[in-house]
Amino acid sequence: MSEILIKNGHVFDVVTGIKGDKADIAIKDGKIVDKVSSKAKTIDASGKTVMAGALDIHAHVAGPKVNLGRWFRPEDKMIRGEMRGGIVKETTRMEQGFSIPSVFRTGYSYARMGYGFAMEAAMPPLYARHVHEEIKDTPIVDEAALPVFGNNWFVFEYLKEHNIEKTAAYISWLLKVTKGYGIKVVNPGGTEAWGWGLNCLGINDEVPFFDITPGEITKGLIEANEYLGLPHSVHIHPNMLGDPGNAPTTIDTMKLAEGYKAKNKFGREQLLHMTHLQFHSYGGTGWGDFCSNAKEIMDYVNKHPEITFDTGNVTLDETTTMTADGPFEHHLSALNHLKWCNVDVELETGSGVVPFIYSPNVFPCAVQWAVGLELALLAKDPMRTMITTDHPNAGPFTRYPRVFKWLMCKKTRDEQMAAFKHSGKVADATILNEIDRELTLYEISQMTRAGPAKALGLANMMGGLAPGMNADVAIYNLNPAKMPTDPEEIEKAFSLSAYFLKNGEIVCQDGQIVHSGTKKTFWVDAKAPESKQVNRDVREKFLRYYTVTQANYEVPDSYAPNPFVIEANANV
Amino acid sequence: MSKVVTDVTCPFCGTLCDDLEITVSDDGKEIIDCQNACAIGSEKFLHVSKEGRVTRPRKRQPDGSYKEISYDEAIEYTAQMLAKAKKTLWYGWASTSCEAMAIGHKVAEKAGTIVDNCATVCHGSSLLAIQDVGVPSCTLGEVKNRADRIVFWGCNPAHAHPRHMSRYSIFPRGFFTTKGHKGRKIICVDCRYTDTAKCADEFIQVEQGYDYELLDAFRTVARGEPIPDVVGGVPKEKIISAVNTLKEGRFGVIFFGMGLTHTLGRNHNIDIAINLTRDLNDYTKFSIIAMRGHWNVTGSGQVLSWQYGFPYCVDLTRRTHARYNPGETSSVDLLRRKEVDACICIASDIGAHFPIEATRHMAQIPSVCIDPHINLTTEISDVHIPVALVGVEVEGCAYRMDNVPIACRKVVEPPEGMLTDEELLEKVYDRLCGIMGDA
Amino acid sequence: MKTATITLKTTPTLYLEADVITPDAFAGKSKDEILALPVYEGRECYKLGDYFEIAGEIGDTPENTKIVVNGDCSKVKYIGAKMSAGEVIVNSSADMYTGAWMRGGKLTIKGNVDSFSGLGMEGGEFTVEGNGENYIGASYRGDWRGMQGGVLRVKGNVGSDIGTFMNGGTLIVEGDADVHIGTHQEGGTIIIKGDVNRRVGGQMVKGTIYIFGNMNYMMPGFKYTQDVELEVDGYKGTFAEYIGDLGERHSKSKGQVVYGKLYRKK
Repeated sequence: MSEILIKNGHVFDVVTGIKGDKADIAIKDGKIVDKVSSKAKTIDASGKTVMAGALDIHAHVAGPKVNLGRWFRPEDKMIRGEMRGGIVKETTRMEQGFSIPSVFRTGYSYARMGYGFAMEAAMPPLYARHVHEEIKDTPIVDEAALPVFGNNWFVFEYLKEHNIEKTAAYISWLLKVTKGYGIKVVNPGGTEAWGWGLNCLGINDEVPFFDITPGEITKGLIEANEYLGLPHSVHIHPNMLGDPGNAPTTIDTMKLAEGYKAKNKFGREQLLHMTHLQFHSYGGTGWGDFCSNAKEIMDYVNKHPEITFDTGNVTLDETTTMTADGPFEHHLSALNHLKWCNVDVELETGSGVVPFIYSPNVFPCAVQWAVGLELALLAKDPMRTMITTDHPNAGPFTRYPRVFKWLMCKKTRDEQMAAFKHSGKVADATILNEIDRELTLYEISQMTRAGPAKALGLANMMGGLAPGMNADVAIYNLNPAKMPTDPEEIEKAFSLSAYFLKNGEIVCQDGQIVHSGTKKTFWVDAKAPESKQVNRDVREKFLRYYTVTQANYEVPDSYAPNPFVIEANANV
Repeated sequence: MSKVVTDVTCPFCGTLCDDLEITVSDDGKEIIDCQNACAIGSEKFLHVSKEGRVTRPRKRQPDGSYKEISYDEAIEYTAQMLAKAKKTLWYGWASTSCEAMAIGHKVAEKAGTIVDNCATVCHGSSLLAIQDVGVPSCTLGEVKNRADRIVFWGCNPAHAHPRHMSRYSIFPRGFFTTKGHKGRKIICVDCRYTDTAKCADEFIQVEQGYDYELLDAFRTVARGEPIPDVVGGVPKEKIISAVNTLKEGRFGVIFFGMGLTHTLGRNHNIDIAINLTRDLNDYTKFSIIAMRGHWNVTGSGQVLSWQYGFPYCVDLTRRTHARYNPGETSSVDLLRRKEVDACICIASDIGAHFPIEATRHMAQIPSVCIDPHINLTTEISDVHIPVALVGVEVEGCAYRMDNVPIACRKVVEPPEGMLTDEELLEKVYDRLCGIMGDA
Repeated sequence: MKTATITLKTTPTLYLEADVITPDAFAGKSKDEILALPVYEGRECYKLGDYFEIAGEIGDTPENTKIVVNGDCSKVKYIGAKMSAGEVIVNSSADMYTGAWMRGGKLTIKGNVDSFSGLGMEGGEFTVEGNGENYIGASYRGDWRGMQGGVLRVKGNVGSDIGTFMNGGTLIVEGDADVHIGTHQEGGTIIIKGDVNRRVGGQMVKGTIYIFGNMNYMMPGFKYTQDVELEVDGYKGTFAEYIGDLGERHSKSKGQVVYGKLYRKK
């Protein structure tokens, strides 16, 4: 079938070990191959950067709270009579939405930036059908979704008894019926407490009525995750997100992973993925003495190979926060007085959505911006460091190229630090000014390609350019031998790829979408010993407490018309 | 031998009960019985096998009568109409599946039409309010399992959502609500004593059109501030007592309907009710839920939102980007101001629900009505295209009033030779591409 | 200042979207270039010249550009929208979004305007000699940032939803108004010289509203404080002062709660 040869590009790839040398990349039938025939179509990548397609390990791009964010914010599309983010219509579907793009804009925007995979960060199981309807409608980019477990009544019951087998049997059932990818934990216990207007303020703060703590929930889920041998690890949004002085809670949470061993056949080594770590790396006691604790956090992360994390960089935009951390959103809205949405979900979770403006004139926002960058720059292992904006919470994912620019160019960071209204106070509260490090293209490729692929258990097929891997290839107008003096060119190059190939098909050329590809929905079939007791518990809870029937809860195959199913086997 | 299909979802109202059991004849062509549904839902299932189904498109003749035409002719008329018109209104959607909507939007985007759904004459006010102030809400199961304070404000589920009270809001025994209705305090606020008020512990009669003022009084009292002796016909003492009842609960929910969406102020009434809910969260846990009418108007809002970013009144005429502004891009206003020159009504009934000035204009422009039945709209359209009944003869996804997606099933075959919405719209799209070119 | 006159010669069948009728769009262009500017009827894109004739001279900058619009423009939307400077005079009624998001300059409509006119106005002077419909000087759907500045004056009557989410500027209605005046107001000044129906200052956080005429019903969240002598838009007299909306959140300044103020002429 289709043969393509990308010639003469400067390749940055962890898997093949090429660190900027010129190399040809051969593609056939959607995969990287050793070589192709003379009939292959050639792409001249001379003077350009070539990397595997990137992976976004955490973004809120599909599902009920994302959509609520979209429709309750007409002003995210149109502001002062102008379309936010500009009008873009090529030979494809209409695109709109700045911080919460429509599904078409989502797919096309990822493709323009050379991203081939996105993980929907939090799927409420009762709404799984909705998540998959949106995933199905999102063009080009492969997607998966992480169901949330940290506030689930079944999980509480089984982990209270410390019964890992039952927990695993339930998780296995739930992943299957929701077509989920792994175990997501959001504000463990806290969102259930929010069902009564309360919260859990630390890993030992008991969940009302359920007699279990966030620490116990998290540890139990880590054990269940390894018992099931899942491709990804537990992916956690710890308690106390966004609160000054939350760094100790974050470290307490990371410590929960001590003493376990990762057990899977996918090459995944971490036990706990800490998501949007920026929001969890704060010192101080209030907004006045708010400061960065990125160093304390990274001191721990650097010494603990069982931890991976994604940054959650603030981009200094007007954006939309949305999370399954219901109580956090209520507090945020009490702070900025903006419109607040909340949806608590029976037996499972909750969510909140609130617009937020990260203004450079507001002291805490400036500190947050610095913290996100500090985390990445202090990281000793780029393979365990992933770049995100917790889209759209800290900023839209379309700002990734801007984040790369800041990380690669100290000058741009210095300029922004000096431009803050309270620059002196910000400098005192952070250490960014003292960090000279500038990330290299190779390190960017680790943090956006090989690193997330490995953390997700997809290292054998994505995030690299070795023969046999998926032919997701991004070509950027950046010449490593002659890097631009104007850092804006870096941002521009990463925003509009010269070429992006998805599964060996050119989908983006000169920043224009030329083909919609055939996206796949990834999910994990975790095979575990069945538990008759769990089956009975499930049946009973549907009869007594849920408001849909068990038969209608399951997401049928038609919602993932192009599935990629990964089988995992329990380590019994 | 007949067979029973279980876990069937009822395609009528926003309660979207999914526990129906339909008995079907052995050949799969006739519905014999329907269990668990309310009277309205039962009728939806039982009527499909009765005589009088329209199974082929009809075109209005110069003398006003209707003549049968083929699906191909109907598709040709529709595609030509879309290609020629400068601004087509495509309204309805609330009684078809999300899958059909996605295909329809593809057609609408190509033709550059307005896409609007029933919210425009129903809970559009609620959507506008939520856009201004957000919405603290929850799924119906949270109500069932936790709620001990229920407020019905300007809605009458006893009539409009018959199984709502037994499935979710008053009677069920949930995880934390083992006493059922005995553990709940029900307040009903309405301008008249409805059948729902009969189930309430307290009935507050508000003067018609004064809900906004009454809600302002509730909020003022909640903040400990003084109010006049009577507000909206309700004495101060009753307001203070009601607010205390709500504050003393541990989980409250306000359900509301047309009493707020359609009285003076419309979206402002819901806006202030949402703000009251938000205020009450400073004292206890409170949520608010809109009693959506059609079984899939919520679904239309969802699909429009993930594809275009707006839940209704979507203006695709620029074809490069979607625009939105109810009051300008809303169906009634577009028709009333004679701003559209063609109209398609799908899975809804303009003739039955719109103000006469709007309907009159619709009757005067080229129009197509896509609906399984003859209704007030079909009789003023140029072409009526019947399709298979979604939720009975066609499966598809729908969204409940609390936005939970539940799929509808196919329990019987549609009449011979009938198209489904999805098939019809796909054919219209192909023909439109043929006429307009692929660009 | 140079004056160009455009005259409507062809009435649109539907409605015309003409956001190009502004000093900003005309300035520095030739007459031919102006007539070639895009306008929309539904999904069809036409040229301004398909509907209008042009005469006179065009300024080199928006400040130096004055546009007089003749002919019945009651089906033309967006006249003067987003203008930043210069002057526009329309010698008829205009449709929706007239002067929407206006930033500066002077806009005069010698007739009525339809809904959403003056939406999110930021600056300048916008005068309507006739009536206004609904959402005059209001904010766009979902936006908590409404009118920011400038002076919007309607000499006739208006409908409802006037000045929603207002943050700044002055909105004056010399005639009557219907319901929902200054809902969610958080700054700025609204003056209604005629009668209002009701729901004035509902959910008001901050700002000032003056009502000269009758009000059918007062929001319960407003509390009388005192009588004051004031001068308001040329009128001097006694007003009853009310603070509110007490059902709404309010901030504190120097230890004192800052309320919205409602003044009723006695």
